[in-house]
Amino acid sequence: MSCDYTRSVLHGYLDGELDATRAAEFERHLEGCRECTTVLGSEESLRSSLQRSGLYENAPVSLRKKIRAGLDAATTSSSGMRIPAWRWLAVAATILMVASVSWITWSRRAKDSASTTPFTVAEIIDAHVRSLQPGHLTDIASTDNHTVKPWFNGKLAFVPPVKDFADEGFPLVGGRLDVLGGQNVAALVYSRRKHIINVFVLPTKEPDTPIHEPGLRQGYQWRHWRRQGMEYCAISDVSDSDIYELAQLIYQ
Amino acid sequence: MSSSDQHKGSDVLDVQDRARFEQLVLPHLDAAFNLARWLLKSRADSEDVAQEAMLRAYRFFRGFHGGDARAWLLQIVRNTCYTWLEKNRPVELMTEFDEELHLQPSASPETLAIAGANRERLTRALETLPPRFREVLVLRELEGCSYKEIASITSIPIGTVMSALSRGRQRLQQALTHSSPQEAAREL
Repeated sequence: MSCDYTRSVLHGYLDGELDATRAAEFERHLEGCRECTTVLGSEESLRSSLQRSGLYENAPVSLRKKIRAGLDAATTSSSGMRIPAWRWLAVAATILMVASVSWITWSRRAKDSASTTPFTVAEIIDAHVRSLQPGHLTDIASTDNHTVKPWFNGKLAFVPPVKDFADEGFPLVGGRLDVLGGQNVAALVYSRRKHIINVFVLPTKEPDTPIHEPGLRQGYQWRHWRRQGMEYCAISDVSDSDIYELAQLIYQ
Repeated sequence: MSSSDQHKGSDVLDVQDRARFEQLVLPHLDAAFNLARWLLKSRADSEDVAQEAMLRAYRFFRGFHGGDARAWLLQIVRNTCYTWLEKNRPVELMTEFDEELHLQPSASPETLAIAGANRERLTRALETLPPRFREVLVLRELEGCSYKEIASITSIPIGTVMSALSRGRQRLQQALTHSSPQEAAREL
């Protein structure tokens, strides 16, 4: 073996890695070099044996499955294990921030509603207690909302929505006029297992609110909310869950 | 791409990374397994090492800035294989510098030997080669890698790839020629 080409350039030629100039140069050399011609033939034969003998080994299906499981475990959405502490801190900080903003907003709203609510808790309780005195509960005693609703016409500057919820366990007892904070309001009277629930209704220009958390004083509980230009306050000595249920029925 | 790219530290990977990894890297699992199998000469060990390498690749995926995903993955597979060999079969790696060839290739007998080479003989012959020659042959002939890709996977200079292949092929021919004729005859 004396030819310098066989050791190096021949392989570059075989692998198609020579540039055009060097490839042409090697081809000219091949014409006159028996050794290179023989070796090239031998290498081509070796290559074709290697490529045609099925030596390439594909990954087994079981490996593919194991790897996918490993990837799942290393991806944050499927496992919290890999989340570093600072990320948790960031998450916690975000939650805290959102929570405090919500709290501030909520407490401001609570203050706002307290300042704009045209009656006090004491007035509501007084009105409720007074209504329970004999002969004071209703001005119009009727379980028919079509009777109660028109009754308010001409007595108030607004028309309160009146609905009977007897099917839901809150039969309408009647309605009356009441005064809260110096203002005429409608009082809708519902009964719940022989207990009375007063729902005070008056117009408002404030935006809608959800049904607020319950208030509790002197054994009476109430729920307050605003909906479609009306301010509502439901008060009773029944459980809060009953009041909330009625509030939801009216709210719909 | 340098080997230090792999050591930038592991990142937190999210579903977008996962989708990108599935698209770019996972399709080269066969290449990863095949390289591991020829470096380790064992399917069972290759499954473990290929899995480890693939998960390592995933952990370092944020360090992959585009380009040849197969070469990037195979570089990690190769490194994982060598680490495994150093730990489990250090003797195999010690033979690799004993590479001086005293046998001159004389064309015609080899041609005959190669013509009759079947899968088993080729496998045995390849497995007798030192890992550094075996890997360039596998990458070139089975994986179809360019010299540039081989250089980046094996971290040898591109100018040395051709001579590594030249010596690897000579060694393989030699191994095929010198496998005992009786054995060869039996297999044929």
